[in-house]
Amino acid sequence: MSILTFILVSVVKIALVLFVLLTAVAYTVWLERKVVGHMQNRWGPTRVGPFGLLQPAADGIKFLFKEDLTPPHVNRPLYIAAPIIAVIFALTSIAVIPFGNSVTIGRIQTPLQITDVNIGLLVVLGITSLGVYGVALSGWSSNNKYSLLGGLRASAQMVSYEIALGLSLIGVLILAGTFSLRGIVDAQAGHFVSGIAFLDHYVLRFVPRWFFFRGQFVAFFIYLTAAYAETNRIPFDLPEAETELVAGYHTEYSAMKFAMFFMAEYANMITVACLASLLFWGGWRGPLFGPEWFQEILPLLWFVLRVFVFIFVYIWVRGTLPRFRYDQLMAFGWKFLLPLAILNLVVTALVVALRA
Amino acid sequence: MVPLSYYLILSAILFACGVTGFLIKRNIITIFMSIELMLNGVNLSFVAFAVRWHNLSGQVFVFFVMVVAAAEAAVGLAIIIAVFRTRETLNIDQVNLLKL
Amino acid sequence: MLHMILFLAFAVLSVAGAVNLLIQRHPISSALSLVVVMGSLAVEYLLLGAEFVAAVQVIVYAGAIMVLFVFVIMLLNAGEEERTHGSRVAWLLGIPGVLALTVIICWALVEHSMAGVAAIGALPGPPADIAELLFHEFLLPFEVTSILVLIAIMGAVVLAARPESVEQTKKES
Repeated sequence: MSILTFILVSVVKIALVLFVLLTAVAYTVWLERKVVGHMQNRWGPTRVGPFGLLQPAADGIKFLFKEDLTPPHVNRPLYIAAPIIAVIFALTSIAVIPFGNSVTIGRIQTPLQITDVNIGLLVVLGITSLGVYGVALSGWSSNNKYSLLGGLRASAQMVSYEIALGLSLIGVLILAGTFSLRGIVDAQAGHFVSGIAFLDHYVLRFVPRWFFFRGQFVAFFIYLTAAYAETNRIPFDLPEAETELVAGYHTEYSAMKFAMFFMAEYANMITVACLASLLFWGGWRGPLFGPEWFQEILPLLWFVLRVFVFIFVYIWVRGTLPRFRYDQLMAFGWKFLLPLAILNLVVTALVVALRA
Repeated sequence: MVPLSYYLILSAILFACGVTGFLIKRNIITIFMSIELMLNGVNLSFVAFAVRWHNLSGQVFVFFVMVVAAAEAAVGLAIIIAVFRTRETLNIDQVNLLKL
Repeated sequence: MLHMILFLAFAVLSVAGAVNLLIQRHPISSALSLVVVMGSLAVEYLLLGAEFVAAVQVIVYAGAIMVLFVFVIMLLNAGEEERTHGSRVAWLLGIPGVLALTVIICWALVEHSMAGVAAIGALPGPPADIAELLFHEFLLPFEVTSILVLIAIMGAVVLAARPESVEQTKKES
C-alpha cells in the first residue's frame, strides 16, 4: 500500500468513525431520555419525529442558536479552552479502539480501527486521564464557588478511581500478555475445553474463553464501578450534583460550550463501554451464521450489540441508584475497590504463575 | 535522523529553565513545579543515553525517577498544604520562621 | 527529515512551555505550561522509540502528578505571585551561574559526548522488554521504591490531615 493510499484510507476511516461516534453520542442522549422516562412512568421525548427520533437534531440546532454567554468574572482563555480540552480528549481516545476484523474493499485491505498501536490500552488510559483537565479547569476558571467545588470534586474523584480502574485491568493484561487491544481480543478466541467428551460437546462448546469467564468477573465489576466514577455518572456524579452544586463545574456554561461538555461525557461513556466489551467480553467475537456477506459484517454487529448493552446498563443504573455522599464515595474507592482490585491482581498472578 | 546531542541539549535547556525557576520564583507551588521540570529534563537525557549505548536500562531508570517524583509530589504538596494552613501564605519569603 | 521536523517542533514547544512557566505569574498558568512540556517530552520519547516510557509519562506525570498540582492550587485558591525579589544572592549569582552552566554543558555535549545520530524509533522499548529488566535485573531497586511509595503515602496523610480531625478520631476510637 503506497503512502498516499494509506493517508487516504486513514482520513476516510477517521471521518467515518467520528461521524458514527458523534451520531452515537446524540442518540445515546435520546436513548437515555427515553429509557429514564419510561422507568419513571413518563414518555420521554415524543414530539419531534416518530418516537422523538429527531430530538437530537432539534437539541443540536437549539444549542447552536442559543446566545453564548460569557460571564464577566471568568478567566477568559481557560474558560474557553476547558470545554475544548474536554471534548478533544474524549473524542481522540476512540482512535485506537478496534471495531472488528479487517475488511477488504477492492484491493485495499484495512483493519476496522483507526490505528493499531502495541500500547493501545495505555494510550486510551493516558488520553482519558488528561480529560480531567477539562473538568478541573472549567471549575476553576468559572470563578464561581459551585463550579470550583465541582472541579475540585471531579479532579479528586477521577484521580482516585483511576487507580482502581487501572489495577482492575492488570488481571486482563496478565492473561493476555499484550497491551494491544486487538491482541487482547485475539487472546479471547475459542471456547473452553475440558477433555471430557460429554461436557465438551454439550456445555463447554457454548462457553467462550472470554476473560469474564476466565476468572476476571471481579475485575469486570471493579472496572464498571470505577468507570462510572471516571465518567461522572450517577451514582458518582458528585461533580455536577444538581441538588448541591447547581450544575457543578458547568454551571457558568451555556450554548455550544455546554454542549461540548455534554458530548465529552457521552463520548467517554461510549469509550468505556467499548473497552468493557473488548477487555472482558471478547470484543467482536460471537457465533457466525448466514450468507457470506452477512458473516462479514456480523462481528461488527456483535460488537455494537455489546456496546449498546453496556450503555443501556449505564442508563439503567442512572434510573435506579441514588447519589453517594462525597465521603462515602472516597471511602468506597479507597477502602473497598482498591483493596479488592489488588486482591484480584494477586490471585490472578498466582494462578498464572502456578499454571506456568 | 537527529544527532543525539540535540536531545541532550534540549534536556540541558529544560534543566536550566528548572533551575532558574527554582531561583527566581517566589510561589512555593511554582518552585515545586520547577523541580519537576528539572526531573523531566534529566529523564530525557536518560532516554537519549539509552539509545546511545543501546541499553534499555536508561528507560527503566526513567521509571524510578517517575516513582520518586510521584512520591515527592505527594509529600511535597502535603507539606505545602500544612504550611499554608499555619502561615496562610504561599510566598516563600514570608515562610522564614522555624516556629510560629 | 520528518524526524528532524518533528523533533524541532516539539523541542520548541517544550522550551516555550518551560519559559512560559517562568514568565507566568499565576500558578495555574505555570502548571498548564508544565503539562505542555510533559506532553511534548512524551512525543520526544516516542520519536526515540521509548513508547512505554511515553505512555507512562502521559499517565503518571501529566495525568496524575500535574492533576495533583492543579488540585492543590485550586484547593488553596492560590492567587497571583507577589512581586518580591527574594534573595539578592540568588539573582546576582544564580542566574549568571545557571546561564554559564548551561553553556558549558551544551558545549561539552556537542564537543565531547561522541553521541551518534538517532533514527525514528532508534531503540524500541516494548513493555515486555522493560518488564524483563525491571523484574529481574532491577528487582531490588523496584522493591525499595515500593517501600518509598508506601512511606510517602503515609507521610502525605499524616502531613495533610488536620490536627483536630486526628484528635477527633482518637477520641472516637
